[in-house]
Amino acid sequence: MPQISQLLEVYGGQFFWLLIVIGIIYFGIARNMVPKISKTVDDRQKRITDDLAAAQGAQDRAEQIEIDYRASINNARADAVGNVNEAKAKAALKNEAAIKRADAAIAKKADEADAELKAAKTAALKEIEAVAAEAAQAIVATVSGAKVSAADAKKAVKAAF
Amino acid sequence: MAEPGKIDPMHQFEVQPIFDGFTLFGQQISFTNSALWMFIVLGLLYVFMMGGMKRELVPGRWQIMVEGVVGFVDNIIATSIGPNGKKYTPWVFTLFMFILFSNLLGMMPFGIIPGIHPFTVTSQFTVTGLLAAISFSIVLVVGFWKHGFKFFSLFIPHGTPVVMIPLIFMVELLSFLVRPFSLALRLFVAMIAGHILIKVFANFVIQAIDAGGASWGIALLSIIFIAFVSALELLVCAIQAYVFALLTSLYINDAENLH
Repeated sequence: MPQISQLLEVYGGQFFWLLIVIGIIYFGIARNMVPKISKTVDDRQKRITDDLAAAQGAQDRAEQIEIDYRASINNARADAVGNVNEAKAKAALKNEAAIKRADAAIAKKADEADAELKAAKTAALKEIEAVAAEAAQAIVATVSGAKVSAADAKKAVKAAF
Repeated sequence: MAEPGKIDPMHQFEVQPIFDGFTLFGQQISFTNSALWMFIVLGLLYVFMMGGMKRELVPGRWQIMVEGVVGFVDNIIATSIGPNGKKYTPWVFTLFMFILFSNLLGMMPFGIIPGIHPFTVTSQFTVTGLLAAISFSIVLVVGFWKHGFKFFSLFIPHGTPVVMIPLIFMVELLSFLVRPFSLALRLFVAMIAGHILIKVFANFVIQAIDAGGASWGIALLSIIFIAFVSALELLVCAIQAYVFALLTSLYINDAENLH
């Protein structure tokens, strides 16, 4: 086996050249080039992660904008409904007040008319009483010749009514 | 070199100097075929990694491959060591990529081009041994640096009865000390075994063809077998690189996060 039979004559040269080659690979390639390659890979990974994060952020923002938009639409709708209801309520109140006022005016007029009617009725009755008393006085005077005082006649008429 | 006409399945593992170098600490440092293939591995690895350095936001196929490998090693570290393991990523990456490229390059059929003799760097015990030794040194340095003498508590599992502690300690210590050897030998043996197997059956093919006649069937059978073993070996190449990197990170985990 040459590896053993030659060992003593070649080990120096083998070690020497191997150390040189290994040294060049270690310092030139493994310590110099490999970190750059690793960095390229890391940078790419980072870039992908960043891009994904940015996309996620944009999506979140878009969702937030949509939520805001929905909220503002809902608010506007609620406002409109509120305004309409308010206006309705106001109008109803106004109507009611107007009706009440009108009712009051009508009632007042009716009362007045009623009172006038009553007054007129009373006045008429009085007149009728007076006429009836005079008539009764005249009738009594004509029929019996007796003189009946106006007061008596009135009393009798009242009793007759 | 074996005698002509015969294939020596061990010849492929021989380290041959391409040109003589210099002497260092009494050792001849020559530029060998092993060193050449180490540098070819380095060059291929560099080209492969450069393909992933465009750093585009939308990666191309090549960039995806490089990023996949980097992510794979990061994943090994993250699952076996945790967030503290980031500083060990370069070493585990170096191990994984060097072993993977060496293994795969050794399996490529460059041998069909005359004059080119592929050499599997990871089939050398000196190479796997040094890699394992560095990993083991990291474990020792980190362990004693971070935990001091408390690091020895690694050898006493939780809930060990007091009387058993000396025995368990010795057993655990032994298994700990064996780690670098098992790490190195596993890769070395896995590589060497597959290559020898393929060479032995290649030998069968040539001998069967030489013999002629009905032996053609044996040659055909051997070729089919070589195809299957090659496929299996490609799998082993990747698995052994993964196992080496995974075990290294598990061992570092012992030192980093003492149980």
